[in-house]
Amino acid sequence: MPIWQAYRALIGSRARAQASYRTSFIFDVAGSTALGLVEFGEVYVIFHNVPVLGGLDLNAAVLVFALANLAFSIADIACGQLDEIPTHLRAGTLDAVLLRPLPALAQLAAGDVSMRRLGRGAFALVILVVALSRADIEWTPARSALLAVTPPAGAAIFAALFVAAGAAQFWLIDAQEVTSAFTYGSGYAGSFSAAVLPLPVRVLFTFVIPATFTAYLPTIALLGLPGPVALPAWLGWCAPVAAVLIWAAALLGWRAGLRRYTGAGG
Amino acid sequence: MSMDAVAAEGLSRDFVVRHRAGRVRRVRHVARAVDALTFRIAPGESVGYIGANGAGKSTTIKMLTGILAPSSGSVLTLGLVPLRQRRDLARRIGVVFGQRSQLWWDLPLAESFRILSVIHRLAPPAAAQRVAELVERLELGSFLATPVRQLSLGQRMRGEVAAALIHRPALLVLDEPTVGLDVLSKERLRLFLREEMAQHGRTLLLTTHDVDDVQRLCERILVIDHGRLAYDGTLPGLVDRVGAQRVLVVDLAGPADALHGIPGTTLIDADPAGMRQRLALHPEQTSAAAVLAAISARATVRDLAIEEPDIEDVVRRLYAASRRR
Amino acid sequence: MFAAGFHRYSGYRAATAAGAFTNTVFGVLKASVYLGAISSAGGAIAGYDAQTSVTYAWLTQALIAPINVFARTELAQRVRTGDIAIDLARPADLQLSWLASDLGRAAYVILPRGLPPLLAGWLITGLSLPSQPLPYLLGSISVVLAVAVSAATQFLVSLTAFWLIEVRGLITLYTAFSGLLCGHLVPVAWFPDWLRLIAALTPFPSMLQVPIDVLLGRLQGPDALGALGVQMLWLGTMLVAGRLVLFRGTSRLVVQGG
Repeated sequence: MPIWQAYRALIGSRARAQASYRTSFIFDVAGSTALGLVEFGEVYVIFHNVPVLGGLDLNAAVLVFALANLAFSIADIACGQLDEIPTHLRAGTLDAVLLRPLPALAQLAAGDVSMRRLGRGAFALVILVVALSRADIEWTPARSALLAVTPPAGAAIFAALFVAAGAAQFWLIDAQEVTSAFTYGSGYAGSFSAAVLPLPVRVLFTFVIPATFTAYLPTIALLGLPGPVALPAWLGWCAPVAAVLIWAAALLGWRAGLRRYTGAGG
Repeated sequence: MSMDAVAAEGLSRDFVVRHRAGRVRRVRHVARAVDALTFRIAPGESVGYIGANGAGKSTTIKMLTGILAPSSGSVLTLGLVPLRQRRDLARRIGVVFGQRSQLWWDLPLAESFRILSVIHRLAPPAAAQRVAELVERLELGSFLATPVRQLSLGQRMRGEVAAALIHRPALLVLDEPTVGLDVLSKERLRLFLREEMAQHGRTLLLTTHDVDDVQRLCERILVIDHGRLAYDGTLPGLVDRVGAQRVLVVDLAGPADALHGIPGTTLIDADPAGMRQRLALHPEQTSAAAVLAAISARATVRDLAIEEPDIEDVVRRLYAASRRR
Repeated sequence: MFAAGFHRYSGYRAATAAGAFTNTVFGVLKASVYLGAISSAGGAIAGYDAQTSVTYAWLTQALIAPINVFARTELAQRVRTGDIAIDLARPADLQLSWLASDLGRAAYVILPRGLPPLLAGWLITGLSLPSQPLPYLLGSISVVLAVAVSAATQFLVSLTAFWLIEVRGLITLYTAFSGLLCGHLVPVAWFPDWLRLIAALTPFPSMLQVPIDVLLGRLQGPDALGALGVQMLWLGTMLVAGRLVLFRGTSRLVVQGG
């Protein structure tokens, strides 16, 4: 379909432009790998001191960490720059986007694809593989399917959060960091056992911002562990549902944001 | 074709302006940027859209192209509702904003063309041919590989015009395309636009501050003043209406009497010694050459210059004239 | 002009409020994680009990903005473009004026960014802070030293722009490792021995871990003074190293012509 060719052309140009600065690209990738490594370091240090955190042992915790970080990295690469809409607003470049026969959201996301964040995702993938190999999982076709679905669903959830953050920029303009609290905060909240969170926070990051669906819930479903209060383990199978719901909300917000920009809607 | 290229009906746009009155209070009032514009542009017309800064030109253009919603009234561009059918409209129009770029800033110009060809779903061989044609006629060949941000203003404008025409739009909207260009570049661009519009029957809507742009390119002018349509007609008609003429400024070699009574001119002013005098020319009665000859018969001309009626002047006079009525 | 300035200030205010909000959110998350760890450990890890750990989390979030890892990349940019030559031609000492301006920045943000998370922490989990004045006195000095150490180290790292074309990747690496080793992610005291050793060989713990430990009262009396001494040692080292590298860099600049 021609529209995919258009996106490919946009993304391809960006990726080529970025990779052309070879040394700095390598440094960037190294830097983002280091970020992933260091955050893993947090998990490692904690488990150096305790055998269990929030009902998960080291390997399970690493599994949660890896799945969340992998999903977040993918979403970050695809949509991570959406919260820089204020820059577009100030420079007036949003108009150029609107004057092209493509959806604005897709253009903004595709136009800022940032390959240098690959490092973190690659690191997460590696430790995911390691953690899976050491995990005590009774594999069934259903569980294999759950594992296959979780990273894409998780990426979709985080991507929707970035879209919502982008939409919020049409109102926030100067306070764009507010959305960082939610996007990066959710990324962090999704990377460890939700059982340690106080109940209201746990509910917030599950049923309002579906961060725990990206890694924790699928993990306890895979491992056959019970969930904490308010979060039964079977929710782990519902990550795609959560993704669809949060995307619907994000797209509504995006549409409202665009309408605010064009002044339609009173 | 019976469908108008642009049909505006009572088109209006309000903006809410908040400012401080005193140290704490904030006053909120509604400014009408565009006030009940009604006009039609037929396919194939070349229309100039002029007005002072802040008169509402850009606001109108934004509503025509779908990036701003009207507060009231309606506009149809190529038969489509711009805001709701934004993407369909984007396929059929080409827009160039003089102050802002539609190209990808850090990519080579050729890359922008390639991406646009793909976005507009042009088949590669046809696209390549079209781009080549535009490159040749706008002389873009020497900087096709340069990133857009490194181009000079003139080069970038030519690139933007080419980009706006890749998909052969039925309507071309140019918002101050010659701002900042030198005289030669302006002329070349105008020449290209004339040919392009004439050859393919495209409709052109051009906003500008440059009277020459309008003279060379447009048969029809719309003048907007404080959001209202103040004039809809031809340029000579406008000049006639407001009585704005070209002014000949002569510097004489020595003190002289005021140059009254030169045929076809009206003396506007003279400095006390009579060394510099300004005469308004009535072009239908005489020519600059004849006037110069007549002046030279009475005094030695050391230097001369011609002042064109500038847009602000014309518009101001127009508004003053309409208020007097 | 007043209106313009006010508007600029209110924009900055909004950004500061947003930052404080982010710190608060992360404070809740971090405190939860530490509490979970402490309860798994049976009450304490490396001398931190539940309340101390939670307070640690909140203090981290409160202090990270003034101490700050790399908000200011202008120095690196100016080195890269060669504009640094203009700065060096000025009568004020480049390194010291950089330090001073960073201390000013820290002073400006410490209350708006520091108080909200602490307030939130006090309301949500409660804070365990000492009741005597001495820890606060020493703690304040320690915070000032921490900001200075951080600024001096950033200065040094920025100077790599004399030799590297693109410093952004290096800065990311710096952000990553400093974040871990200064105790931002987990208290340094919780590290395995080998990692604690590595951290001790860097100035990073002096940027965050030390002032927090002093404020918490974990380091008392002679220990506290010792820790402050270590901070001063690192400050001195980073300043000297910075001057040396600056000298090398500017010599290179002069030779190469920018």
